[in-house]
Amino acid sequence: MSAPALEKRDERPSEPPTETVSAKEPAARPPGPAAALAARLAARPSALLVALAAVLVLVSAFVTGSGAWPAGMTVDVTTPLEDLNAWLVENRDSHWLFLYFLLHVSNNAELAVDSLIGLFEGLGWVGVTLLGTVLAWYAGGAGLRPRALRTAATALGVFLVVGVLGMWDPTMETLALMTVAVAAAALLGLLLGIAAGLSDACDRALRPVFDLMQVMPAFAYLLPFVLLFDIGVPSALVATVIYAAPPMARLTSLGLRGADPAALEASASLGASPWQRLRTARLPLARKEMLLGLNQTIMMCLSMVVLASVVGSGGLGDVIYRALGKVNVGQALTAGIAIVLVAVLLDRTTAAAGARLEESETRAPSPAAEAPRKAGTRPLLRSPFTVSPGRFARLRGWPSWLGLGALAAVLSALGPRLGEEEWPREWTFRITPYVNDATEWIEKSLGSGVPVVGGTLTWAEGVTNGVLNPLRDGLNATPWWALLVLVAALGWAVGRWRAALTASAALGVIGVLGLWTKSMDTLSQVLVALVITLLLGFAVGVLAARVPRVERWLRPLLDTMQTMPQFVYLIPVIALFSVGRMAGIAAAVVFVLPAVIRITAQGVRQSDPAALEAARSMGATTRQQLLQVQLPLARRSLLVAVNQGVVLVLSMVVIAGMVGGGALGIDVITGLSKGDLALGLPAGAAIVCLGVLLDRLTQPARTEGR
Amino acid sequence: MSRAPIRTSLIAGVGVLGLALSACAAETDGDSASGGDGGGAKEVTIAVPSWVGAQANAAVAAHILEEEMDVKVDIKQMDEPVAFDALHGGKADAILEDWGGVPKKEELYVEDKKTVVEGGDLGVTGHIGWFVPKYFADENPEVLDYENLNDFVDDFKTSESGDKGQFIGAAPSYTTYDKHLIKNHDLDYKILPTGSEAAQLKEIQRLYEAEEPFLTYWWDPQWMNAQIEMVEVELPEYTEGCNEPAEKTECGYDTLMLQKYFNADFAENGGEAAEFLKNFQWSTEDQNEVASMIAGEGMAEEDAAAEWAAEHEDVWKAWLPKS
Repeated sequence: MSAPALEKRDERPSEPPTETVSAKEPAARPPGPAAALAARLAARPSALLVALAAVLVLVSAFVTGSGAWPAGMTVDVTTPLEDLNAWLVENRDSHWLFLYFLLHVSNNAELAVDSLIGLFEGLGWVGVTLLGTVLAWYAGGAGLRPRALRTAATALGVFLVVGVLGMWDPTMETLALMTVAVAAAALLGLLLGIAAGLSDACDRALRPVFDLMQVMPAFAYLLPFVLLFDIGVPSALVATVIYAAPPMARLTSLGLRGADPAALEASASLGASPWQRLRTARLPLARKEMLLGLNQTIMMCLSMVVLASVVGSGGLGDVIYRALGKVNVGQALTAGIAIVLVAVLLDRTTAAAGARLEESETRAPSPAAEAPRKAGTRPLLRSPFTVSPGRFARLRGWPSWLGLGALAAVLSALGPRLGEEEWPREWTFRITPYVNDATEWIEKSLGSGVPVVGGTLTWAEGVTNGVLNPLRDGLNATPWWALLVLVAALGWAVGRWRAALTASAALGVIGVLGLWTKSMDTLSQVLVALVITLLLGFAVGVLAARVPRVERWLRPLLDTMQTMPQFVYLIPVIALFSVGRMAGIAAAVVFVLPAVIRITAQGVRQSDPAALEAARSMGATTRQQLLQVQLPLARRSLLVAVNQGVVLVLSMVVIAGMVGGGALGIDVITGLSKGDLALGLPAGAAIVCLGVLLDRLTQPARTEGR
Repeated sequence: MSRAPIRTSLIAGVGVLGLALSACAAETDGDSASGGDGGGAKEVTIAVPSWVGAQANAAVAAHILEEEMDVKVDIKQMDEPVAFDALHGGKADAILEDWGGVPKKEELYVEDKKTVVEGGDLGVTGHIGWFVPKYFADENPEVLDYENLNDFVDDFKTSESGDKGQFIGAAPSYTTYDKHLIKNHDLDYKILPTGSEAAQLKEIQRLYEAEEPFLTYWWDPQWMNAQIEMVEVELPEYTEGCNEPAEKTECGYDTLMLQKYFNADFAENGGEAAEFLKNFQWSTEDQNEVASMIAGEGMAEEDAAAEWAAEHEDVWKAWLPKS
């Protein structure tokens, strides 16, 4: 039964570099390996092309020895950017653009966040906890249903733990900022998503914009935002919205496009105008995707908390930032836990609301027939309302909503009397000393001198000397035109002309910006991080897919790895790998690994069970099952994992710069911290170009799918 | 079609958004008079960079302002360049410790726009230099002269610096001339871009504990100096203007009287709070005492400030406005 899989694989017109081909079929290789390889290359023009380009690269690198982009072919972007910088600083107080537009944006943003903080303070900690719990209970469906109770309990737990950790105040600041950010990002995403979902032209135009919004490191555009929107809350808010809106937009568009054509047809034949159709049919049908988008947007907003504090917007990020200056991991972790908890709170609440939607959707088709059918499954207090459609049911939302408002009003009046504004200090518990002791122990015992394996510091040195340095020097020794040829060949092999052109254009822009050498340095780090992540991720992912228990244990760990701000573990990473490129790579691996593990596990698990069963019945060993059935079948997922890995690793380039990664990352940080637009922005653009380049080269699925 | 659950759950799902809207109508007195509209400010915003010494300044100032003078203090974390923008725009009222890291902005706001005013000395002297750990200097006293540094390249070599010696650089926002110094003195060293103060501190802590040799950009006051012993490598002496233009720099770093800066409006109309902050002046030892309580012993900033204030009443009594 493994035959179809192999056949299918051979059908594919293009295969990424020779490496994967030879690695995958060691057993099937006939006696003369060289001859076979040549034959196979001849059979595939694209592979041949790539091989030729690779040879060209090697030969030219050895012949010329140095091949940085010629200085004569660069464009000076520094002067115009410096002029822009100066203009912004000069005209900020007088120009109409600021007075009549940007200033309003800033003031409203500031006002919204400040009023929320004011509200939280007015409610006092008792009030906030109560109101939050009730809100979560309500989102979970209200009543005594298990989901409502579970969601409410989660919310209650989150508020209490945050209080006990002594993080009440900063958490409220962060919650206020995040609430406004999520609302703004969701609204913007919704509008863009509707535009992209309804019009193909918009979709084509917006897609690269979304890519840019997500890959451009926020550190790079934070500085112009500080100049445009003033420091503090406004610029942090705008940066967060830019970063977090794309998932909402993408998923809304996806939902609108995926809507059941029959339902739309029905709506159209009933004479609904386009606007009515959008409002009554298309948007409701896309609810599920939109909710998923909202969920993603929330997570991405939270990942910006620390960054927001760099420009003085306070909150939990501030605590982490200050803890770093004291090399106090425990304090940073405490704030990190609070961020993770806020993420859990928002995630569970929206997920519960989503689950409720799904239920109502299964019930939606015929409201008249629903009462008898659903009576058994939904015995609780909703039934009297859900039976009756129309106006009465629509009204149902308002009383409860008013009730919540009333509760808020009552609580804010009573709040101060129920307790102090802030969580009482006697009720806090500092985990800092324990965490610090534990970290110290880990740092001391894993760094070096571990028998046989050596320890992390030894590894870091080994990888730097053995892989990183040669790779960087090799890339820099290769002439730029040879690399362009290689990239074009790879692009053509993967996605024909379009990919070849985009990828080489991206590389060209890097050269023109005059950042060739630094970009090659960053590229070498990205590649090493990617390879390590993929090796680890595939191994763990396969294990998780085959052993359910491993997966169950992994899940909370992976969740934490994804939501914990990277700044929290930067210090232990330095202790374990020493400041330098390896520390940056290690931090990137920690951040990217969960996504790769998840996608791999998902892909392997979803590989056709019939195929697996057949292989098993034919007596295939576990190893054979895995290598010859499951992995080939999961190939598509593995490619997605590679692609996601690339994008996520690139998002860590700036963070890596903060622990000694240098190259483009440090330029972005220096640009921000020295207020130098001309340094940070081009470096950020170069990172985006690397992203485009690597993304196009790892997206074979696009052509194969058709 | 039953719409109620859809609507209600959408409302609940983004319920917090609703809270935001209702709050807009409810309470709008979030930020008041932080710029100080005459009659003295009741709320002061202090911009604090990420290092601990500056946190000590702000913590003590905040403690006394809040406890003795009933002024609410908001401490906002931001690096020097951003902090000057904040002072200019009135988002912050005071910087208590400036190392002269952003001369261009200083000139623009203080000289040209006159939106920021000098607030006098903090009383703490700042010193930047090149340092090696004492254990290494004791064994190799020649290392303490910059002219001999090329003899020690092998000691300072790492996998990051290749065949050159490694010089541990400063965080990007700090004042440095290291790149030019290394070039102009033909030193065979490569700067390790540490990227953040935290990274540099941790690396130094690690190397110090392992008793490995290293050469670094280092400064005083710095809380970690209470835990480790560093010796300065002598660079050519600083003379007025010797680091202009930066590319030609051959001299070492100046010793600075750290400065305070205020928002112009606050300085004029800030009343007692402004007068207090103008009077705020303490010694390097005082600051180090608080800083090492915060960083070394892991005390909360407020606690450290309260403890210091309890023991040094004579110092801070002098800062209180005379009226």
